[in-house]
Amino acid sequence: MTEELRALSVAEVVDTLRRAIEGSLGQVWVKGEIGELKVNQSGHWFFTLRDADCSIRCAMWATYARRARVVPPPGTEVYMLARPDFWAERGELRMTAVTVLPTAGVGDAQLELQRVREALAADGLFDPSRKRALPRFPRRVAIVTSLDGAALHDMVTVARRRWPARIVVVRSVVQGEAAERALVHALTMVNRLKADVCVVGRGGGSKDDLSAFNLEKVCRAIAAVKVPVVTAVGHQTDFTLADMVADARAATPSAAMELVLPDRNEVLRLLGSIGSHLGKALGRRTRLVRERLYRTEDRLSRAITDALYERRRALDHATAKLDALSPLRVLARGYAVARGDDGRVLRRTADFETGKRFNLRVSDGDVPAKAE
Amino acid sequence: MTEPLPLAQSIRRLEEIVRALEADDTDLDQSLALFEEGVALLRSARGRLEEAEVRVQQVLEDAAGEIRLGDLDA
Repeated sequence: MTEELRALSVAEVVDTLRRAIEGSLGQVWVKGEIGELKVNQSGHWFFTLRDADCSIRCAMWATYARRARVVPPPGTEVYMLARPDFWAERGELRMTAVTVLPTAGVGDAQLELQRVREALAADGLFDPSRKRALPRFPRRVAIVTSLDGAALHDMVTVARRRWPARIVVVRSVVQGEAAERALVHALTMVNRLKADVCVVGRGGGSKDDLSAFNLEKVCRAIAAVKVPVVTAVGHQTDFTLADMVADARAATPSAAMELVLPDRNEVLRLLGSIGSHLGKALGRRTRLVRERLYRTEDRLSRAITDALYERRRALDHATAKLDALSPLRVLARGYAVARGDDGRVLRRTADFETGKRFNLRVSDGDVPAKAE
Repeated sequence: MTEPLPLAQSIRRLEEIVRALEADDTDLDQSLALFEEGVALLRSARGRLEEAEVRVQQVLEDAAGEIRLGDLDA
């Protein structure tokens, strides 16, 4: 009697391997030489990366491959940002790349910048749909900046000219070693201030001085601020990752305030125009009502006149008819009515006993008479 | 005393009032009431805008992490 051998299914093996492989490294920079490289019709790259004794199969999907300026020819030494994965259908190990950069002229700082950019992009922090609209009339503006330099003074000057907001300054170191912690702390603090909008400001400086605004933690702290954030950390040409995560970017701290604060005079003009609309609208409203009243009055008086005329005519008509039927009219034509003493009308000869007194009514009065 | 409406809300309400007055289906009493409300809103918004001044404060944090605001010359 044989016991059935305890065997794993292919799926179990693949699944276990995949979990082991995918949990092994995470996303890392790899340095190596491009071996064979094919770009397929959809734009995906399939290539090998090798060094002296080893090689590994790699893929970069078209979404990422499209960002590469050139397709590196075989033999190019590159840095590749990639994570290992296991292709279950074929049982193959593969690195899936998001960036491939020729090593020539690439420094560590650039590699780190690229890594952070990819990480933030992967989490959707650059999505246009994340950008929030700035409030129209902010009451409280939080400013994260250092108190060195003229930046704060410039920002307050703009505010005095434009809009009477309350400005709450959250001090922070913005360059050097301490900047990362300080900025993250300051940005977290903004969420406790009931501000309507936040400006992260800094004057210009050498390019190195902006590096704090390319740090992953700082960028994520900006994304986590609950109100719209405007960055003003560099000059026209310097663009940091923080600028890309923020809801809006300004070239200078002053420009950021111009963006955030409405112009008091424009708003006063707007109020003036609303006021005149209000007056006009009410004027029109009352005019309409007045016109309607007049129209109603007209119709009313016409209606009454018409009704009176109708009745008058009916009355005249009735009078004429009545007149025609009146017994007086008959009397006027020469007839007379005889009545007894008791007022009864005497119609037949039998009613006239000899010697009986009666009244003869003619058109203009009564005549006493006696039968013979 | 009630807190005056924030400016954005005041302006939204004012625009509503103008629209209601411009519509033909508002009766006269209602129109007059709206007009009065509009004038009051305008006056208060204008007053606040003309009188308000920029105030600059800074966040001060104590050792326990409690924060308060202090005035700042800038």
